[in-house]
Amino acid sequence: MGIIQTNKLVFEYIRRDEEGNAEGITRAVDEVDLDVKQGEFVAILGHNGSGKSTLAKHINAILYPTEGTVLVDGQDTREEAHVWEIRQKAGMVFQNPDNQIIGQVVEEDVGFGPENMGVPTKEIWERVEESLKAVGMYAFRKHSPNKLSGGQKQRVSIAGVIAMHPKCIILDEPTAMLDPNGRKEVIRVVRALNHVEEVTILLITHYMEEVIYADRVIVMDQGRAVMQGTPREIFSQVERLKSLRLDVPQVTMLAHSLQKKGVPLPDGILTAEELADALGYRKG
Amino acid sequence: MAIVLDHVSYIYEKDTEMAAFALKDICLTIPDGQFIGLIGHTGSGKSTLVQHLNGLLAPTGGHIYYNGKDIHADGFDKKELRSRVGLVFQYPEHQLFEVDVFTDVCFGPKNLGLSRKETELRAFEALRQVGFPEEYFYQSPFDLSGGQKRRVAIAGVLAMKPDVLVLDEPTAGLDPKGRDEILDRIAALKAETGITVVLVSHSMEDIAKYVDRIIVMNRGSVLFDDVPAEVFRHDAELEAVGLAAPQMTYIMRTLRRRGMEVGTDVTTLEEAEREILRVLGK
Repeated sequence: MGIIQTNKLVFEYIRRDEEGNAEGITRAVDEVDLDVKQGEFVAILGHNGSGKSTLAKHINAILYPTEGTVLVDGQDTREEAHVWEIRQKAGMVFQNPDNQIIGQVVEEDVGFGPENMGVPTKEIWERVEESLKAVGMYAFRKHSPNKLSGGQKQRVSIAGVIAMHPKCIILDEPTAMLDPNGRKEVIRVVRALNHVEEVTILLITHYMEEVIYADRVIVMDQGRAVMQGTPREIFSQVERLKSLRLDVPQVTMLAHSLQKKGVPLPDGILTAEELADALGYRKG
Repeated sequence: MAIVLDHVSYIYEKDTEMAAFALKDICLTIPDGQFIGLIGHTGSGKSTLVQHLNGLLAPTGGHIYYNGKDIHADGFDKKELRSRVGLVFQYPEHQLFEVDVFTDVCFGPKNLGLSRKETELRAFEALRQVGFPEEYFYQSPFDLSGGQKRRVAIAGVLAMKPDVLVLDEPTAGLDPKGRDEILDRIAALKAETGITVVLVSHSMEDIAKYVDRIIVMNRGSVLFDDVPAEVFRHDAELEAVGLAAPQMTYIMRTLRRRGMEVGTDVTTLEEAEREILRVLGK
């Protein structure tokens, strides 16, 4: 059984006007079935308002389903007794690092989660050390988070989640506010956690290039999961993605427009090396 | 008509132990009608710089001239300057506050003391310029999608009829279509009105696609100031300061390394396509 399972997950909320009168019901998530295996790297794409963040917030029990179920490691998020355990198993990283860091010193901030879980002091420090090393921020452990760059802050946020020893990390547009180098650092850390530590990753992003490393891509539209497949399968459908307000990686787009000009190329090219291969330029 | 920055420095917490340079001896001219990209890593001084352009921050050293006049001299009309140089902050939708979209956009011109008719004409024009659909004019701005909210916020600044529009990461957090729509609108607005645009962005691809001049900031100083093709030739230096060249540049480098005789001074999709077709003899 998968680490994250949703069965016909529906989330509805009541829209209200200024006076607070109910105006109607919005279905933000519409019968989504998800089955994510332990150790899998799943990316979720979708335009603003497609329901991807609402879906993500169900996985660590910030929101509860209107209909259907969400199981995290076999536990139903609607059972109150499980909520804290679920939040420890499925950690969440948000877009703005400034809203997630609370400590005055980096290592204190990272220790906050395990401390709240009642982990013994000695083990907290061990976890802080290993988490900061995992994100490459150990050298900054005594620094004030205020002085760090966006990418560094976001890596500290990730360390704070790792210190709780989650089985799964959900990242909701973790790179949206970062400069190119910050984006690279964060994605490198996410891939390493998945690869080396076998942490299950659920990555929500608007950067198509960050998705090519995923095992599987899910595309959301109007609350539904409308496309699912490997990055190559998904990015082969350029026109469909564009109609969903999305995009494809730049190299995929280049190959696609060359194709339209009559250059014989396969669909779904994901890297410059693949493009060189397809154009007939041999390695070395 | 231009903004001139003459040896501008800005020191935080000047005269204390904590004093730190945010801007160091900046000399720049921003002439009318340019589309300028301002790039730099987090903390490089971009936002501090743009806040000097309309006098929100005063330099601790040097002078800033708008159309020849020192903006911090006695008697200079700062209020007028702020309507001439329009600044759109990051996540500007957080500043929406009125009961409906149209009233929100009217706020700026109304404060300029314009008549009700002129105010409404300007609000209407500004909302048209950002491509905001008329049927939502009387909706609460809080019920809109992220991309629509951002258009309203930009329209609020455009309604002041600025000569210079400064946008600090206007597409952060938007989906790819929303990002293209906003930037296409701004490019069209520039073509239509000749307005000067300063675009702060972390997307090298967007910068390559839209601007005619790039200013690169690093640690409070100007590292490069040139046309995109020239600036992006320095990819190693850009990477050393937390930036990068556009992906197209790297793609072309890879093709070249693999033996394809393509030029590598390429920054956009159109250029890359043309160059590959040229080599293929199509």
